[in-house]
Amino acid sequence: MHVDLYEKIWMYAAGAIIVVFLASMGYTTLGRAMQPPSHVETIDPASVRTDEEFGSPGVTIHEDGSATVVIQAFMFAFLPFEIRVPRGRDVTFRMTSPDVIHGFQIVQTNGNTMVVPGYVSQFTTRFDTPGEYLIVCNEYCGVGHHVMSATLIVEDAPGTEGASAGEESSAAAAESSDGADGSTVATEGDR
Amino acid sequence: MIHSRKLTLANFWVAIGAFAVASGMAFMQSLSRANLDLPFRTASVYYMSVTAHGVLMALVFTTFFIMGFGYVVAERALDRPIVSRRIAWGSWWVALIGTGMAAAVILWGRATVLYTFYPPLQAHPLFYIGAALLVVGSWGWCWVMARTWMAWRRENAGARTPLPVHGMLATIIVWVLATIGVAAEVLILLIPWSLGIVDTVDPLLARTLFWWFGHPLVYFWVLPAYVIWYTITPRIAGGKLFSDPLARLAFVMLLLLSTPVGFHHQLVDPGVQAGWKLFHTFNTQLILFPSFVTAFTVIASFEIAGRMKGARGLLNWLEELPWGDPAFSSVALAMLMFAVGGFGGAINAAYGMNAMVHNTAWIQGHFHLTVGTAVALTFMGTSYYLMPRLTGRELELSLLARIQPYLWFGGMLLFSIANHLTGLAGMPRRVYDASYGGSEIAQQWVAGTGISAVGGILLFISAACYVAVMLGTGLAGRRIDPEPIEFAEPLQGENGKAAILDRFGLWFVVAAILVIAAYAWPIAEHLRMERFGSPGFAPF
Repeated sequence: MHVDLYEKIWMYAAGAIIVVFLASMGYTTLGRAMQPPSHVETIDPASVRTDEEFGSPGVTIHEDGSATVVIQAFMFAFLPFEIRVPRGRDVTFRMTSPDVIHGFQIVQTNGNTMVVPGYVSQFTTRFDTPGEYLIVCNEYCGVGHHVMSATLIVEDAPGTEGASAGEESSAAAAESSDGADGSTVATEGDR
Repeated sequence: MIHSRKLTLANFWVAIGAFAVASGMAFMQSLSRANLDLPFRTASVYYMSVTAHGVLMALVFTTFFIMGFGYVVAERALDRPIVSRRIAWGSWWVALIGTGMAAAVILWGRATVLYTFYPPLQAHPLFYIGAALLVVGSWGWCWVMARTWMAWRRENAGARTPLPVHGMLATIIVWVLATIGVAAEVLILLIPWSLGIVDTVDPLLARTLFWWFGHPLVYFWVLPAYVIWYTITPRIAGGKLFSDPLARLAFVMLLLLSTPVGFHHQLVDPGVQAGWKLFHTFNTQLILFPSFVTAFTVIASFEIAGRMKGARGLLNWLEELPWGDPAFSSVALAMLMFAVGGFGGAINAAYGMNAMVHNTAWIQGHFHLTVGTAVALTFMGTSYYLMPRLTGRELELSLLARIQPYLWFGGMLLFSIANHLTGLAGMPRRVYDASYGGSEIAQQWVAGTGISAVGGILLFISAACYVAVMLGTGLAGRRIDPEPIEFAEPLQGENGKAAILDRFGLWFVVAAILVIAAYAWPIAEHLRMERFGSPGFAPF
């Protein structure tokens, strides 16, 4: 098959671009542990509201300073609707839905997951910029979809106050890993 | 000559009708984006209109246009009538009745589930049955097209399959493999569930089957557009096709790679293991290659056209191209936007980066460049070329036809850039109102949504021009002796060495193996898990 010389050069260049794309993905995946949330765990959606964990959603701060946030996403709100997490610590989000599919997006970060009834979504991340973040549902879930939101407040953990003053504008691509399932999201806290 | 003119036109008219209704829906959404307080503006009407716009544009306009175009290509390029016109008409009726059923329940407000219809959102059963009939009708079209090609091959032993038919056969294979996924979803899971025969459905299994279909659906739209770019537009421009074998290579690569990629739409789904997402991501990046090849070959073909008209300099061949002919300008502008859309697509499918844009306004900014311009504008331009040739009537309101592609381009530029930017700033897609109770962060999106509303209004004017030209031509165009439909000749003649690219049986088998490799294991793994189904909800 005859291929024109210029087109041949173009095809090699196109191949090189694709290799660069794949390499950059390999680097962010392996080198910076930036992986989309891919947790595999099931739950009966009918039992969510009475479930020991999801029936009483909220934030738990662990001894090492890290936090676990348990969230119920339902038509048309998140519970809890105000979430306070410590700055600079691992924060693990766990959530599910008792009704339809929702989305969970921490606006202007890469904290973004689908919330599918029957399944538990989970990811671990870290916020380096304190402040108030907007959480929105980003999957159409019915007539009240556009009001489904919550607030995330990142604050200095007790005992670390003042220690980090002056770093507030630092762009942050936190690296952390959740050994259990590798579902780690690096959050860009800079906005 | 075209033997089945009536059949072809019947398909085109349904496509144009669906386009007109869907454009009206888009206009309402634009006004919504501009935050105007209009009496009919409510959340339920908004979400209903998003559903109608998506279904009518993405599924009905495209499918009917492609079916009509397929018959034109088969009869003209193979120079014989299609086999079994009765089945072709039957397919048209089945698809039309299905479309009517689905459209009726959508407009009735009983199927506001968006064009992705993710359960456990539950639509009226007629929505799913209608959608299934549309797909069944398209299968009839596939059968007629494939049988026509086989009959031609028997009559022309040893002859090379003409390039436009090659591209349409690739389209058919993509479509058959893709629709297995959605047929399984709708027939096995959703119809029994919506009728109350079973109580629950597994939403994640349904999503997986939907995206088995949802991404190759994109290539089902793009492949016929590529057929037009390779085989019709260079001829309209007055040139020749730069390379016939590379066009065939692009068609075969798209045929192989368009299905085993669906998980890149589910990158942030729970319940799907990271490894499968990575595998599909890898395949997705490979599909960029045939599009890169297409960009070179088609632009080189345009350069040939400019040079044949006497251009000598480095870039002045561009000036020689027929920019005033909407059949050309629409394709050239569509290609320009597709280049941008293609890079955006590489970002969407980039394993880690996807989380920054997933389900944000960026996504609608993206696919209005690809399907909304590369495909839709190409189809509109092609109807300016085909309608006079099929109806035997002169293009009416031809001034409107000449400005329409530029209006579309300008409107889409505003709409798409604004949506890409607001999406990066975190605005979710498909929201009736993006103010979030006066949230300070949401305030940053207001300028962008305003610009996208202006873009949407320009697009609506452009769409109205298109529909007016079509109706004017069909109803009142001056009777003329139609010119023939002609395909571009290759620059170097057909090259026998790449005959393997014509072995559709082989490529079908390889593509099927890739689909099995991409889906059999993850679905089997999924079915082995302890899973809990969901009852239906209709919160609309």
